[in-house]
Amino acid sequence: MSSQHWDVLIVGAGPAGMAAAAAASQGGHRVAVLDENPAAGGQIWRRGWNDDEHKPDAARQAQTGKFVASGATLFHGRRVVAALAQGVLETWNDAENVGERFAYDKLILATGARERFLPFPGWTLPGVFGAGGLQALVRNGYDVRGKRVAVAGTGPLLMAIAAHLQEDGAKVLSICEQAPLSQLVSFATALLKRPGKILQGLSLRSSLRGVAYRTGSWPVAAYGAGQLEKVEFTDGKRRWEVDCDLLACGFHLVPNIELPALLGCALEDGCVRVDALQRTSVEHVFCAGEPTGVAGVDAALLQGEAAGLMAIGLTAQAQKLSARVASERGFGAAMEKAFRLRTEVLQMAAKDTIVCRCEDVCYGDLKALADGQNTWTDAKLQKRCGMGPCQGRVCGPAVEALFGWKNASVRPPIFPLPISALSSEPQLRTDSNSAALQEIQ
Amino acid sequence: MECARAGLRVGVVEPRVPGGAASAAGMGHVVVMDDSPAQLALSRYGRELWQKMRAALPDSVEYEQRGTLWVAADGEEMQEVYAKQATYTSIGVSSQVLDEKALAQAEPELRKGLAGGLLVPEDAVVYPPAAARYFLDEAIALGAKLIRGVRPVEAAKGIVRLQDGSALSAGSIVIATGVDTSLVPWITVQPRKGHLVITDRYPGFVHHQLVELGYLKSAHKLTADSVAFNVQPRQTGQLLIGSSRQYGDAEHDVDNKILKQMIDRACEYMPRIRDLSAIRVWTGFRAATPNKLPLIGPTPDPTVFLAMGFEGLGITNSPAAARLLADHLLQRESAIDRDPFLPAHVFRGESAHA
Ligand SMILES: Cc1cc2nc3c(=O)[nH]c(=O)nc-3n(C[C@H](O)[C@H](O)[C@H](O)COP(=O)(O)OP(=O)(O)OC[C@H]3O[C@@H](n4cnc5c(N)ncnc54)[C@H](O)[C@@H]3O)c2cc1C
Ligand SMILES: Cc1cc2nc3c(=O)[nH]c(=O)nc-3n(C[C@H](O)[C@H](O)[C@H](O)COP(=O)(O)OP(=O)(O)OC[C@H]3O[C@@H](n4cnc5c(N)ncnc54)[C@H](O)[C@@H]3O)c2cc1C
Repeated sequence: MSSQHWDVLIVGAGPAGMAAAAAASQGGHRVAVLDENPAAGGQIWRRGWNDDEHKPDAARQAQTGKFVASGATLFHGRRVVAALAQGVLETWNDAENVGERFAYDKLILATGARERFLPFPGWTLPGVFGAGGLQALVRNGYDVRGKRVAVAGTGPLLMAIAAHLQEDGAKVLSICEQAPLSQLVSFATALLKRPGKILQGLSLRSSLRGVAYRTGSWPVAAYGAGQLEKVEFTDGKRRWEVDCDLLACGFHLVPNIELPALLGCALEDGCVRVDALQRTSVEHVFCAGEPTGVAGVDAALLQGEAAGLMAIGLTAQAQKLSARVASERGFGAAMEKAFRLRTEVLQMAAKDTIVCRCEDVCYGDLKALADGQNTWTDAKLQKRCGMGPCQGRVCGPAVEALFGWKNASVRPPIFPLPISALSSEPQLRTDSNSAALQEIQ
Repeated sequence: MECARAGLRVGVVEPRVPGGAASAAGMGHVVVMDDSPAQLALSRYGRELWQKMRAALPDSVEYEQRGTLWVAADGEEMQEVYAKQATYTSIGVSSQVLDEKALAQAEPELRKGLAGGLLVPEDAVVYPPAAARYFLDEAIALGAKLIRGVRPVEAAKGIVRLQDGSALSAGSIVIATGVDTSLVPWITVQPRKGHLVITDRYPGFVHHQLVELGYLKSAHKLTADSVAFNVQPRQTGQLLIGSSRQYGDAEHDVDNKILKQMIDRACEYMPRIRDLSAIRVWTGFRAATPNKLPLIGPTPDPTVFLAMGFEGLGITNSPAAARLLADHLLQRESAIDRDPFLPAHVFRGESAHA
C-alpha cells in the first residue's frame, strides 16, 4: 500500500477545504486535499470542474482560482475509511480498488454535512428523492426536463435547489417549507444585516417566479403504484394533493462527524467542538465548515481559511478572522432556530413506515422501544436499526430527531469496503471474480 | 429466566444495555466443544437446552440449525477429524466425516485441495443480543424487576450497593458481569480480545458455520495472540468473519495488525471472500479464567454466587449455566457434574483442567 507524507492534510474539498488549502499552501508548505468525489467543489460548487455554463458565481470562481493557484494537491475519488496509527489516514479508491495511506503533521477536517430525511408514508417510493440528492443526480446528467417536481422539507437549501431544478428545465410546482412564517420573518430580519446574502436570495427568487412558497406546510404522504404519482400536503388545518413526477424532500442538514469522532475529537450537540481558532480537542487536528455547525458557505470559507492559517502557525492572521467567524456562526445559529423542526413533522410516519432503509426497520418497531430507558444501542441490537451498509448515516439523524437516541459508536471502516482492503495485500479484483460474484448477489 | 421460572423473586441490575456487552460482540455459534471433558459436558448440555427452547424462541433470536463444519486442511488434521468424531460419539453427539469431494460439495467457496472435514449437523447459530433480551423479557413477564441505568458498586452479605447510594437486599446475589470483576475483585478473569467483521448480504455464499481445525491448536494457547478461519452465515445472508484472540489489550480499538492476519487467514481458506463488501469491524472481550472453565456456583460469602468467565462459549453455555446455577440456589440435583465449575477451584488457586 502506497504511503506519503504531507505537512497539512485536508479531508474534504468543499468551500471550507478549498479555502483551507489555499491558506495553508503559503510559504511552500506541502498540502494535500482528499475528497471522495471525482472533482473538487463540495456540495454546492461541484458541477464538473470549472463548468460555468449556468451562471457565473463570483465567489466560486474566486475560490476555485485561489485553490488551483495554491499548488495544493487534490486527491479525488479517495474515501477516508480509517485512522491508523497517530497521524495516518487510510483511504480507499473505489474506481481503482486501491488503498492508500496519507501521513500528516497537521490535519484539517472539512467533511461537510448531509441531508436529514424524516420518514413519512411513501417516502421510499421511487420518484421521492432527497432534495440535495436530486440536485446531485441532475449534475451527473439525470434529465429533469419537463418533469413536474414538488419540493418539500425545511431549510434554505430548498429554495436554492428548486431554483436549480427550474433552470435545468424541471417544472417546479411548489415548495412546502415546514417552518412557520413567523419564525422565518425573524430570520429574514437577521438577513437584512447582510446585503450579500439578500442578493443571493433575490437571484434565487427570480428563477422561482410563479412557484408557490408555502410556509408552515409539510408532506402527509406520497402515493403511487410502484412510482410516485402524487403527494399530499397539509398546513395542519387543510390538506391538498399535488400531482407530480418527482418529490425533492430534505429536512435541513446534519454535520458529518463520523471521521472527527473516529479520531477522538470531542463533540457538542452533534457538532465537532472547536475553539475560536478552529482547534479541536485533539492536538494537530482542526475542523472547519459544517461539521462545527451548519452555517452556510460564507462561514465555511472563513473557517477554512482560519484553519489553514492555524495549521501552518500563522496564529495572528487567523485571529484577525475570529470576529467574522463568530458573526457567521451567529448566522448559523439564527438559521437553526428559524428552521427548527415542528413537532408535527416528527409525527408524520405511520406504524409501517420504514425508517431504516438498509434493514427495513419500521417506525412502529422503534416506537415500541421508546420507553425512556432504551437507547440507540438497544434499537440497533434488538431491531437492526442502523446496522446495514450505511451504518446509520441515513436513519441516524431521523432516529435522533424522532426518539432522541444518538448513534453511540463509530467504527472503521466508516464506509463499506471490499474485504481485500482489510487484508495485508489490498489489490485489484480480477474480472472473472467480480462477474461470478454478480450471480451471487 | 431460570430463577424466575423456578418461582424465585428476581431483580436484574443492568448499568448499561441488556445484551450489550460481550453478548453483542460475539458470534453466537452454539457448538459442542471438546477441549476438556467438563467443557464437553457443559456445551453438550447447553446445546440440548437450546434445542428444547427452540420452538419458544422469537424470530428475533434467529435460531438456525446450520451445523458446524470443522475444516481439515491436510492429512494431519484429518486424523483429528476421526479423533473428534470418536469423542463426540462417546457422548451421543452425531457427526459425519466429509472427504475432499464431499467438503467441496458442501461448501463450494472453500479453496480446492483441503483434506476434508467433520460436520456436526445439530450445532446452531443464534443472534445473542436478542437471545439475552428474550431471557430477560421472559423473566420480567414472570414478575422479575429490571433496574437499569445504575451501576452496582458492592455486592456482599445479601446487600447490593448502587452507585447512586441506594441499596438492594436479596437472599442470593448472582454476579454475571461478564469480563467485569469489579464486584468480585478476588477473581481472576482476563479479557481476551476478539475481532469480527460483518459483510453485506450474500445469501448462499456459505452454508454452515465453518471453523478450521487448526482452531483448537490456536485457541487454547494461554498466552500468544492467534487468528483462525471462522466464518458464519447469518440469517440475513451476511457473513460474520472471525476470529482473533489476544491477551493484554484492553482497548476497544481495532488492532490493524491482527485484523489483517485474520482476514488473510479467511482469504486463504475462502479466496473470494476478498471481493465481498465489509460493512463494520468491531471488537469484543471474552472473559477468560485461569482453568479455561466458567465459574458457576457459590462463593465463601453464602449470599454471593457467580456465573461468569465464559470465554468464547458463553452463548452456547448460557442455558446450561443458568440451570446449574438455579440448581445451586434451590439445592436441586443437576443433570451434569457441576463440580468442575465451582468457584472454589480458583479460590484455592487450583487449575483443575489445565
Ligand atoms: C451476530 C451479530 C451480528 C451483527 N451484525 C451486524 C450487522 O449486520 N451490522 C452491524 O453494523 N453490526 C452488526 N453487529 C455488531 C453490533 O451491533 C455492534 O456493532 C457490536 O456489538 C459492537 O460494536 P461496538 O463496539 O462498535 O459497539 P456498539 O454496539 O456499536 O455501540 C455501543 C456503545 O455502547 C457501549 N455499551 C453499551 N452497552 C454496554 C455494556 N453493557 N457494557 C459495555 N459497554 C456498553 C459501548 O461501549 C459502545 O460505545 C452484529 C453483532 C452480532 C452479535
Ligand atoms: C469475538 C467473540 C466471539 C465469540 N463467539 C462466541 C460463539 O460463537 N459462541 C459462544 O457461545 N460464545 C461466543 N463468545 C462468547 C460469548 O459472547 C460470551 O461468553 C457471552 O456473551 C458472555 O455473556 P455474559 O452474560 O457472561 O457477559 P456479557 O454479555 O458481557 O454481559 C455482562 C453484563 O454485565 C453488565 N455489568 C458489567 N459490570 C457490571 C456491574 N458492576 N454491575 C452490574 N452489571 C454489570 C454489563 O453491562 C453486561 O450487560 C464470543 C465472544 C467474543 C468476544
